[in-house]
Amino acid sequence: MTNAVTNVVAELIPHFEGYVYPNEATQQPLWSILIVLYPYITGLVAGAFIMASLVRVFNVKALEPVYRLSMLTAFAFLLCAPLPLLFHLGHPERCFEVMMTPHLTSPMAIFGFVYAWYLMAVLLLELWFDYRRDFVEWSEVTPGFRGTLYRLFTVGVTDVSDPALKLDFKIGHILSVVGIPSAFLLHGYVGFIFGSVKANPWWGNALMPIIFIMSAMVSGIALCVFNYMVLSWVRRKALDMKCLDVMCMFLFYALVVDAAIEGLDWIHRIYSAEEGFQVIQYMAREKLFYTLSLGQVTLGTLVPLLLLGSLQLLRRRVPDLIRRRMYFASGALILLGVLAMRWNVVIGGQTFSKSLRGVMTYKMEFAGLEGWYMGAALLLLPFIILTVFVKIFLSEKLPSTAPLEPHPAHAR
Amino acid sequence: MKSWLSRRNLLSRLSIAAAGLLAASAARSAKAAVQKVFASSGAPRGYDPAMHKWRMAIDANRCIGCGLCAEACKKENHVPEGQYFRTWIERYIIAKPKPGSGEARGETLVDSPSGGMHGFPESIVPNAEIQHSFFVPKLCNLCEHSPCVQVCPVGATFDAPDGTVLIDPKYCIGCGFCIQACPYGCRFLSPVTKTAEKCTLCYHRITRGLKPACVEVCPTQARVFGDLMNPVADDPLQQFYQNNLVQALKPHLGTKPRVFYAGIDKEVR
Ligand code: SF4
Ligand code: SF4
Repeated sequence: MTNAVTNVVAELIPHFEGYVYPNEATQQPLWSILIVLYPYITGLVAGAFIMASLVRVFNVKALEPVYRLSMLTAFAFLLCAPLPLLFHLGHPERCFEVMMTPHLTSPMAIFGFVYAWYLMAVLLLELWFDYRRDFVEWSEVTPGFRGTLYRLFTVGVTDVSDPALKLDFKIGHILSVVGIPSAFLLHGYVGFIFGSVKANPWWGNALMPIIFIMSAMVSGIALCVFNYMVLSWVRRKALDMKCLDVMCMFLFYALVVDAAIEGLDWIHRIYSAEEGFQVIQYMAREKLFYTLSLGQVTLGTLVPLLLLGSLQLLRRRVPDLIRRRMYFASGALILLGVLAMRWNVVIGGQTFSKSLRGVMTYKMEFAGLEGWYMGAALLLLPFIILTVFVKIFLSEKLPSTAPLEPHPAHAR
Repeated sequence: MKSWLSRRNLLSRLSIAAAGLLAASAARSAKAAVQKVFASSGAPRGYDPAMHKWRMAIDANRCIGCGLCAEACKKENHVPEGQYFRTWIERYIIAKPKPGSGEARGETLVDSPSGGMHGFPESIVPNAEIQHSFFVPKLCNLCEHSPCVQVCPVGATFDAPDGTVLIDPKYCIGCGFCIQACPYGCRFLSPVTKTAEKCTLCYHRITRGLKPACVEVCPTQARVFGDLMNPVADDPLQQFYQNNLVQALKPHLGTKPRVFYAGIDKEVR
């Protein structure tokens, strides 16, 4: 970084080092906190869904207690996923043009369709088939508004005979199988939005979609662990330790793969040291120290790897209480680490000039559309929606059928 | 099997709705394609884009860094105040190597205070230590494989048949993807219109037979402009191509810039 930093700085803009193109010398990054949240939330959706599919498609029985919670988590977050994208547009009122007159070479345009497909064809339908029998039952036992609500959810289909339920189960299974590639597609595309920008050496990278998918799985499973533990704590219910152990086992292996791919990416970058590597290196070292070295790598990856890894080896010897705390800590750290990773990609990619001769420093605002408050609100929103969902669809007061059996009498 | 039927009903109703949505979107796309021909481009009625191939070329040897072009562009195109430029000028100063350093060259310093609009201050490298110093006017490179067109989700940025790359401000949703995708920093999001903007070769002028504002004011003819389809007598553009070996910026990215530069150094990007 010898020559770029010592370059003359355009006057009056002290937060730039070296030379940046005049149009890049803005006070705020073009894509800000909202665009950090967008891949984060989408990733949580994809991850939570894949977590649920472990039960449904891969028949991991131990995870059944979290199946519905994971599905509802995916749904709640999916509803919020397009919001940050929408709010950051210069002309949000024209957003439907993306769906109506899409320009098909644009990854962003394709995202609209992938999103709609995923929401309508996969998640909504699968949830409905999962819950249909419960809706019918609940609508009979629940009085008042709630009962009406459940009746509405049945959409008039009230047949709960054995063949009907079997069919539900089958369709649900098919949807789940279709859902897995869809989840990969959904988040792979988000990665591609960045990976396709060849102008930016930090983003333009064939590994980007894969890194995004892997980190999405990690963050989604971590979110399910987090939600499950919080929900049990709120409801004062005992945790199913077996389920938790298995969840965290998957979390660990996903994290291992994720860390390996991201490590490979770095090794490749360092070894090939292509044009722009100098400035990237400088940026990673100076501008992203806290979020990259500390947040993403140390707290978000190494510590959870250590915690979860040691539990894989010593699970039996660690008492439940300590194990629970270690799981919780790992889940929470991973959630933060992946958020930091999104930050590093999105903001990091905009802290150096495409002239490769300088770096920028931004000061984030607190208020305003792209400020911290907005970010916090958008991050909170899916949790609020999820709380409502849990109240309606995971109510403790209602009898719930084992979600994944066609019918007790007809279990496969 | 009444319920199976009703569920099938439901599914088929759903798929009809989905098909309807897709059909509507196809219809809208077709309409948009038609609209595109009449896209709000600032060209006068009767202008036929198929009859022209506009080009700009830069002879950096001639540029004296006066900044008149950048200033004229701001005025002509109502470019917002502050750090927003459709065209700007960079100054490159390549120092002599330190004696005994064993290097061929010293450091390269680049600057563009206010886009070079008001000229340039005295160099901080003393004259005696400068090996080379030159100015490079920058503008949209009118890429043939323009990444900005490729990534625009609604097709608001488009290739016009006359060799320009334009933005329809009535269509742009202001997502900024094109700004990220342009490797040359040519685009900005206008704080006024909240849409993407960049150099259009002064489309409203050239389609009326005038030259772009920057070409008009350049005192040294560092900016060369013309129409490849309709060369004039002693066409400056043809002469430029004839007399110079040229370079394009960042050729390794495969964007195929149509703006060629003569007289620039490897440090320019
Ligand atoms: S220079 Fe930038 S804005 Fe101009 S056509 Fe190329 S990519 Fe697009
Ligand atoms: S900012 Fe406008 S022109 Fe640029 S990609 Fe988005 S919609 Fe297209």
